[in-house]
Amino acid sequence: MSDTATKHLTEVQTKDIDENIAWAKINEDVLRSMENPRRGYWIAMAISVALFSIMIYAEVYQYIVGMGPAALNTSHMWDLYISTFVFWIGMSHSGTLLSAILHLVHADWRKPIYRFAEAMTTFSLMTAGIFPVIHLGRVWNFYWVMPYMTDRGIWPNFRSPLIWDAFAITTYLTSSVLFLYIGMIPDLAICRDHAKGWRKKLYTWLSLGWHGDDRQWRNFRITYLVIACLLIPLAVSVHSIVSMDFAMAIMPGWHVTTFPPYFVAGALYSGCAAIITLFILLRYFFKFEEYMTFPILDKVCKLTFVISMVWTYLNLVEFASVWYGHDIPSKEVLLAKAYGPYAPFFWGMIFCGMILPFSLLSNWVRRNMKVLFVVSVLLNVGMWLERWMIVTPTLSLSYHPWGWNVMWPGWVEWAMVGGSFGWFGMLFLIFVKVFPCVSMYEVKEMVFHRKRTVYEDVDEMMVLHSGTPSAADAGAAKPGGS
Amino acid sequence: MAEHRIFGLFADFDQAFEVVADIRRYEVPGVTVDDVRIKSPIEHPEIEDVLGERPTDIPKWAFGGGLFGLVFGFFFLAGAQANFTVQPQGGKPVITVPSNLVLAYEMLILFAVLATLVGFIVGARLMRKRGPFYDKAVSLDQIGIVIEKVDDIQREQVRALFAKHRVIDVFEETGT
Repeated sequence: MSDTATKHLTEVQTKDIDENIAWAKINEDVLRSMENPRRGYWIAMAISVALFSIMIYAEVYQYIVGMGPAALNTSHMWDLYISTFVFWIGMSHSGTLLSAILHLVHADWRKPIYRFAEAMTTFSLMTAGIFPVIHLGRVWNFYWVMPYMTDRGIWPNFRSPLIWDAFAITTYLTSSVLFLYIGMIPDLAICRDHAKGWRKKLYTWLSLGWHGDDRQWRNFRITYLVIACLLIPLAVSVHSIVSMDFAMAIMPGWHVTTFPPYFVAGALYSGCAAIITLFILLRYFFKFEEYMTFPILDKVCKLTFVISMVWTYLNLVEFASVWYGHDIPSKEVLLAKAYGPYAPFFWGMIFCGMILPFSLLSNWVRRNMKVLFVVSVLLNVGMWLERWMIVTPTLSLSYHPWGWNVMWPGWVEWAMVGGSFGWFGMLFLIFVKVFPCVSMYEVKEMVFHRKRTVYEDVDEMMVLHSGTPSAADAGAAKPGGS
Repeated sequence: MAEHRIFGLFADFDQAFEVVADIRRYEVPGVTVDDVRIKSPIEHPEIEDVLGERPTDIPKWAFGGGLFGLVFGFFFLAGAQANFTVQPQGGKPVITVPSNLVLAYEMLILFAVLATLVGFIVGARLMRKRGPFYDKAVSLDQIGIVIEKVDDIQREQVRALFAKHRVIDVFEETGT
């Protein structure tokens, strides 16, 4: 679409979606997006592959040399690896959780954007899962965390929150993948009907013989609803359990009862910011101006602002409870964050996480794609800094004086952090090229219901005011929409 | 007598629902609404009203899976702990109920989701060898009506009924 046309759309878009879009056009637009993305898509893919390659190099180097180049040592055993793990787990939250909540409350504006948000959940979890394995050092023993039978009768310690993590994340990943997949089956059938070659074989296999009869739709609707209901408490439990990795440890700054809700709010916050970033990118890459509209983006921005305020409140509560409490080591850690060697990162977190969200109140920011893109990236920078500021300052100033030292991550750690974005980007970009990232059947439903509502309103007005034949009677309301 | 399946494609839901309404009024003797299936690109909220309530077993699958996950999860963990007493307990009981409940809860959700998926595949009759009576116009923007178990006499009546409601295309399949 030309710049003039895009500008025109920006000016006139007041509805979540134009209810006069024909169903055939929805299929055509989405299927075309899987064939011909803009050049920006390939540039993003190249950057992702490059970052991922650096990560592979760093991991091989660490595997050969040991954990020294990562700058991990006895008191600093977690640092960036676990901070980034928590960041990616958080990122995974908004996709599935928001999709499930908005589905239950019948917020139909989620329909054009939930698919990529759910994919974001899946790939964030796959990225997060790498970090506990990497930080083990002895990566070849990673499977020890799983409960499996051995002839030596050894089992993991089920009292450890780290084992809870393994259970919770495995469950969340499995459930999220199934939620994403089940929601995609009707669209896979559409792809099957229009594809050729290897894509046809793939979609035929994945669509499980879907042919859209009433029995299938009925079972589909209830299945989707049931899994959505199961996923909401699951998502909350997953990040609560991740927070217990810290809260269950008797360490200053970590042993806090507000950590579970604080982590869940932070997860939702960073996930929402990531949805804005990906929304803007996909809208540009695939020319989805008619589906990923400004009014929908507006709603996501407002939601992000609300969640950012919840997160800010919980952050301030945590600071206040430490400040007014009598635990001197915790207070020392808090002061060290504000005035110590990590102060620039702490204040960076405060600025990006607490102050910058106020820019989302501006209509101009919400309507300016470039500015909004930068803001959404900075919000996530703030959230990443938040996780770093949870992990590292506490480890550098714990109860034992022998552990008091400032730690700066080594190049291997930075390479892994950067590479994780490459890994995520690569998986996500492959997904949106192979599978429809806008739900075709749900956008059709959205269009259908909105059109019906419009015509019902017109009918009522005409009957009330003039007694003339209704629009529907005149054949104007064609439910097929095409 | 040969048994047929007839599949008609319609431009919108209103026409398809009118066909079903006529079948409800016994315009084709011997064919009831139980023999009718509607295929559509979206799930129309009124399909259930038109065809009558057809219950599904998905909630039962989810409940069964969840219950199994909870019970299996707890006893699996308890069994593992009871058989590994050399693990340092730190003064805590061998079988710790609070921590096991956290994990059993995760197992509840996992097995409920897996069972729901199985229930969906069984209930929706997916992954069947028999090819469905289908046209790809259904995945685009048309509404299909399939009428099962139609004999030679009813076949003509069904075709006439379809024609009355401006059918776009009609397909037939003959079985024995």
